[in-house]
Amino acid sequence: MGLRMIVCAKQVLDPETPSSVFKIDRQAKRAIPPPGADPVVNGFDEIAVEAALRIKAAVGGTITVVSMGRSFAMDVIKKPLAMGADELILLQDDAFDTVDSFIATNVLAAAVRKIGQFDMILCGRQASDWDNAQVPLGLAELLDLPCLPFAKNLELKNGSVLIQRVTPDGEETLEASLPAVVTVSNEFGEPRAPNIKGIMAATRAKPTVWGLADLDVDLATLARAELVDLFIPEREARCEIIQGEDDAEVGRKLALKLREAKLI
Amino acid sequence: MSEANGILIVGELIDARLSSVTSELLNAGGQLAASLGQPLYAVLLGTNLQNAAQEAMSNGASKVFLAEHPLLNEEQVEAHVTALQQVAEQVQPSILLIGRTQLGRELGPRLAFRLRVGLAQDAVALTVEPGTQRLLVTRPVYGGNALAVVTMKRKPQIVTVRPKVFEAATNDKTTEGELVRVAVEIPNSVVRSRVVERVAQETAGVKMEEARVVGGGGRGLGGPAPFAELEKLAKLLGGAVGASRPACDAGWIDPRFQIGLTGKTITPELYIAVAISGACQHMAGCSGAKVIVAVNHDTEAEIFKQARYGVVGDWRKIVPAFTEAIRELVS
Ligand SMILES: Cc1cc2nc3c(=O)[nH]c(=O)nc-3n(C[C@H](O)[C@H](O)[C@H](O)COP(=O)(O)OP(=O)(O)OC[C@H]3O[C@@H](n4cnc5c(N)ncnc54)[C@H](O)[C@@H]3O)c2cc1C
Ligand SMILES: Nc1ncnc2c1ncn2[C@@H]1O[C@H](COP(=O)(O)O)[C@@H](O)[C@H]1O
Repeated sequence: MGLRMIVCAKQVLDPETPSSVFKIDRQAKRAIPPPGADPVVNGFDEIAVEAALRIKAAVGGTITVVSMGRSFAMDVIKKPLAMGADELILLQDDAFDTVDSFIATNVLAAAVRKIGQFDMILCGRQASDWDNAQVPLGLAELLDLPCLPFAKNLELKNGSVLIQRVTPDGEETLEASLPAVVTVSNEFGEPRAPNIKGIMAATRAKPTVWGLADLDVDLATLARAELVDLFIPEREARCEIIQGEDDAEVGRKLALKLREAKLI
Repeated sequence: MSEANGILIVGELIDARLSSVTSELLNAGGQLAASLGQPLYAVLLGTNLQNAAQEAMSNGASKVFLAEHPLLNEEQVEAHVTALQQVAEQVQPSILLIGRTQLGRELGPRLAFRLRVGLAQDAVALTVEPGTQRLLVTRPVYGGNALAVVTMKRKPQIVTVRPKVFEAATNDKTTEGELVRVAVEIPNSVVRSRVVERVAQETAGVKMEEARVVGGGGRGLGGPAPFAELEKLAKLLGGAVGASRPACDAGWIDPRFQIGLTGKTITPELYIAVAISGACQHMAGCSGAKVIVAVNHDTEAEIFKQARYGVVGDWRKIVPAFTEAIRELVS
């Protein structure tokens, strides 16, 4: 048998970029990548690839990675292939550089329809650039599929997928029949690092590239959101550093300070 | 088709009472209603909704729509989307507000795509643009490094609102509200994801989300044992313990204690962050604390930019001395 899986993976600015070097172009309403810093595959999406690889190891199957954007850093976006995914489809067009989740999801849905046969779509819980957390749930709506978000664990059973996820006060297990959309969260665990063999195979691999003209989607009707402004909030630093002879003394002084401020 | 009108709040219930997030939405929605000159509505879903409906009215809703259906008693997203689609089509609100809760995180996007309209997630501010009367939604992006202001082109304009950003509405409104029953049809076939098991973990003592004082531990704690020490401190202060994502991911503490963008939002009087660097994704969950205290051995740590009081040094020495001093002070 084997499961036909599609993983949606986005190339994003490294979210570990320290706030001190994070810059935006307010005019263009976009972030400026810090010089010398490489983009990354969205962390949650690498976890989605990991989840797909574990399923493939357990029951067999194929993993097609789909990524949409204006341009790609080839060695970055090929990482899922290096990890062990079978195929990479790049949806590449100037028009695909959008903050409008409705447009993004419709383009991805068109790509999924073009791929045709699949049993499961795996996504990250959110993309760490615009933090929209909309695309996977939107895909479920547009493709009329069930969606199980925020998996920390994933299991297949009799044509169904089961996930466990963290809730505000504990945990729950959800089930849906395939085909389905699943999103993964960080509780799932770390994605594997590619090995040499994987990296070599990925270097040789040629991704399929689809542009706007290759997809059955009409962007003219899809705009739903408009970005009005993008700015970095001002924060006035006003931290009072508690001084003392040694660590134990500052600890005690901190307690007194907080008592003085009536906080304890 | 008549012009979309009204701010519709999607209510959530806890033990047949309005959740605190719902009261926050009624406050936020009330402010929008006032600036737009439109009415404030609420919709409640489930059964046995009378008392909560009264609460919603005293919180300012002039009309409360009741979508009564047993399938809506559970947090089942597909049933909720199906019901809300029907309510939205009948009420035709111009703005629809949902709390970014466990349910809301799924409900917002699914409802927006079902209605083929736009959605802004995780709002921290809502304003009406003078002149155009457009709804402007401010939402953190890039993990909280930046704020984006977005507006939606279709109606209803759907927004999920970050919990604990808005104050709860005061329940002193005297408006005689109107109750409107909306017959909703939810065929069993729409329910395609099933809860197989739900496990609630008991929290001993104060809940982190409600605590006046929270002691947060980060990767710099190095293991699970130090959390016991933070626990001691929290207990003395009548507070609770929380954590950064790496501490949860490492299994040092249960993931339900994760504070941040993808964890919980807390707004205590006092947040004591121990061995936490202060990444924006963590601060997204605690920047609403009245006072932040940072304990970190790195003077350059980001956390000092947002803390009110800072202690530079090794937590292994600082925390025990601090705890001891607190013990003396509170006894
Ligand atoms: C999309 C996305 C979502 C995220 N969501 C969240 C979230 O919800 N919550 C969250 O917390 N993170 C989240 N993160 C992760 C976040 O970016 C940071 O990686 C994380 O918050 C760092 O955790 P930390 O401060 O515990 O660890 P570190 O950054 O490693 O900091 C450890 C700190 O401990 C200090 N330290 C070490 N030893 C000592 C000692 N002996 N005494 C005193 N100080 C010491 C160090 O100086 C350092 O500052 C998210 C990331 C992404 C990309
Ligand atoms: N441009 C994109 N290309 C591929 N996958 C995407 C893209 N945008 C979003 N996704 C997928 O949808 C998830 C949620 O993204 P978002 O809704 O944008 O926060 C991501 O973790 C990806 O799995």
